[in-house]
Amino acid sequence: MTEAILNSKTKSPLRALTVTRRGFLGGSLGALTLSIALPHGRVMAKAAPEAPQAADLNAFLEIRSDNSILFRSPFMEGGQGVHTALVQILAEELDADPAVFAVETAPAGPDYSLTGGMRITGGSGTVRSSYEALRRLGASARSMLIEAAASAQGLSAEALSTEPGRVIDSASGRSWTYGELAPAASALEAPETVSLRAREDFRWIRKPVARLDMHDKSTGKAVYGIDLTVENMLYAAIQHAPRYGAQPAAITNEADAAQMPGVHSIHPLPGAVAVLADSWWRARRAVEALDVEWRVPEDATGRVLPADFSSQARKAALESADDDGIAHELEGDAAAALADAAQVISAVYDAPYLAHAQLEPPSALARWNEDGTLDLWTPNQAPDFFRAAAASVAGIDAKQIRLHSPLLGGFFGRHFQYNESNPFPQAILLAKAAGRPVKVLWSREEEFLMDAMRPLSLARMSWGLDEQGMPVAFSAVAPGEGTVERWFGRAEDSADTSILEGIAGKTYAIANRRVAHLPIKDPAAIGFWRSVGHSANDFFYECFFDEMAAAGGHDPYELRLRLLEHSPRHKTLLEAVGALSGGWKSGPFTAQDGTERARGVAMASPFGSEVATIAEVSLADGEAIVHDIWVAIDPGSIVNPAIVEAQVNSAVALGLSATLVEGAVFESGAPQARNFDGYPILPPDRMPRVHVRIIESGEAMGGIGEPPLPGVPPAVVNAVAVLTGQRIRSLPLSKTELSRRVQ
Amino acid sequence: MDLKINGQTHRVEVEPDTPLLWVLRDTLGMTGTKYGCGVAQCGACTVLVDGVATRTCVLPVEAVAGSEITTIEAIESDPVGKRVVAAWIDKQAPQCGYCQSGQVMAATALLKEVPQPSDEDIAAAMTNLCRCGTYNAITAAVRQAAKA
Repeated sequence: MTEAILNSKTKSPLRALTVTRRGFLGGSLGALTLSIALPHGRVMAKAAPEAPQAADLNAFLEIRSDNSILFRSPFMEGGQGVHTALVQILAEELDADPAVFAVETAPAGPDYSLTGGMRITGGSGTVRSSYEALRRLGASARSMLIEAAASAQGLSAEALSTEPGRVIDSASGRSWTYGELAPAASALEAPETVSLRAREDFRWIRKPVARLDMHDKSTGKAVYGIDLTVENMLYAAIQHAPRYGAQPAAITNEADAAQMPGVHSIHPLPGAVAVLADSWWRARRAVEALDVEWRVPEDATGRVLPADFSSQARKAALESADDDGIAHELEGDAAAALADAAQVISAVYDAPYLAHAQLEPPSALARWNEDGTLDLWTPNQAPDFFRAAAASVAGIDAKQIRLHSPLLGGFFGRHFQYNESNPFPQAILLAKAAGRPVKVLWSREEEFLMDAMRPLSLARMSWGLDEQGMPVAFSAVAPGEGTVERWFGRAEDSADTSILEGIAGKTYAIANRRVAHLPIKDPAAIGFWRSVGHSANDFFYECFFDEMAAAGGHDPYELRLRLLEHSPRHKTLLEAVGALSGGWKSGPFTAQDGTERARGVAMASPFGSEVATIAEVSLADGEAIVHDIWVAIDPGSIVNPAIVEAQVNSAVALGLSATLVEGAVFESGAPQARNFDGYPILPPDRMPRVHVRIIESGEAMGGIGEPPLPGVPPAVVNAVAVLTGQRIRSLPLSKTELSRRVQ
Repeated sequence: MDLKINGQTHRVEVEPDTPLLWVLRDTLGMTGTKYGCGVAQCGACTVLVDGVATRTCVLPVEAVAGSEITTIEAIESDPVGKRVVAAWIDKQAPQCGYCQSGQVMAATALLKEVPQPSDEDIAAAMTNLCRCGTYNAITAAVRQAAKA
């Protein structure tokens, strides 16, 4: 088997696993390795074997003789900062400096299922799902190191303590490094029980520990999937069918293209054609020169996007579907309360298909080995799902596949297993056909064509108000197909909660509620997009809330406070964001620079966290200018406040991008924009100031990556409504020329 | 064709209209410079050509024969670049990191030309896209590097 050779001269996470297996395992001899056996979470230790096998890589933690520590993370790093946060948790209990850690992503397979089941980095769940297990892992390793020192010195373990990276005997002043102790510690049994540090004693958790990847990411040394090469590799460029479901029937100029510089071979693929060449640019030149006749087979079994499919028609179909759907949230009798209400308002809100538009275009590198096994490198957030799907494409057992998970050049939900929306099946097939390793890279244009998008969403909603203008009933129906249904299925007669989250699950005291899902299959490729259903639904609900407040003659901030009176956690949060913004301001006002401004507010409860958001907006040249966003977030408890603040900034940027400028338009069965010139994303000069207040209520730990997003669109659009007097119920705002309300 | 990159001369045999980006990445293995869009919209492919921040995904390699090319691989050999990197780390600017090579190159070019940039100078020079939304941290890092 030829060894992989990566471009980078750096210590990349992949390098240790793929390039220098001998060096890696040699370096681990005598090291302390620990693995967690689930489901009981008991920690087991074992010495690194003399003649290691691939299966013996089963170890989350490796303390080396040079006192560096390797952590094999079950979770992917794609900018969320989880590799640093997970190390902080481990380091807290192990008593080690986080800076001595290196992190690499663990291989696929059950050995690394830290939290049970198939591994997914998503749902803003990484830190909260692994927090306790990692603390136990760190504490167990520390206990074994102390035990090893005690045993060697003939002391009692109780007499010894630790400081970062060493066991100390304070009576004699002697100390031993973890690296020195690791070989002896690895021969010990892991403790049955461990005690964990008290919260007030934390040294690393709840501190703004510096991220471990900053230097590499500031100097071009970080290695992403797109950067990988292996010996004897060919580059592949792809031309997909312009309409989803069409197949290549003929290539009329194949002989000409085969003569182009550097071209190795030309291959038809399911729904695509590929050119292999000695550089990607040459492959791309040739693949784009191909004249392909595309045909939709009459007996097509897979998904076919109809020739007349358009986003406008999809929206019309959802809007005209007037069935009551499958109720998910039922409280009181919404229908009766609406019938008896003094005032009823109704509206339809919608939000478009959205591309992930992560800056690293998708790639996949496949290498078939002489022993029939397959090495596959591809960005992913669910290695076990990818390995199972790859096994199906390759026609071999999953155990014969080594799946390598590189750093992700942008996350946002793009790297779930979306079948043909990912390039790994093509890489497997092409490497087999060529008899050589192949790296497939999609051009940005192919990525916009093939991305699994945030679905176009729509909700029909009604409020019923009493004589005092207070809400007594809320009814909503969301027609369409949720992303969870698309990828995990939906039980008949059950609603998909992923299409309802954000219009269901609100905390306001409304006596009568009915929130329902009306299933209508989506023909387009759809996927998870940062904050999933919340990304559209909190916009729908929180803007329509402001419409209701106005209809009842109430200030939107004061009414929210009143309707959250029963929930101190939410009331505290709303008051905190008000205070953070210098006090709530009702109605338009003139800022110090003379501009007319207004504020909007919104609440959201996404992914186990609670969030309150205020936006300050003015208008210029028909557009919304967002000056400041204030976010108060209560995730229960936190690990790294600096990473939380960075994630709030990030989620604000993406939420604002969706509010102001983004939307994928389909016509005649194809997305119209194929690059950033036709699909704008938030540019630097539209980024507002972002102010963050973290509140640790002590409730169960919630997520961080997604929760700050959903409040942004409604806070901004509610502010816009104050200035324009116009309720905008369809995103993005760039579709509408905004002008100041006539006084 | 001879290319002068980071002070070294490299002989490459490629079609003269090949974008510099792909010569750097695939021919020379210098993968710190990133491909994002291929149409000079995002700036992930930014390098310095004779000191000027330049998007290389649409730049034919023949146009830069004889020019001094500086890539992210040599950024810390440059005193201004080194200061920029230090500020990037201090402000913990990167998230996924994919666009940051281009961002660091754009900032270095700005500070070489305008050591004390105004907010308007920064806004005019720092136009690269970042999907993670690190824009505020980037602006803070540029200001800090200017002060250092």
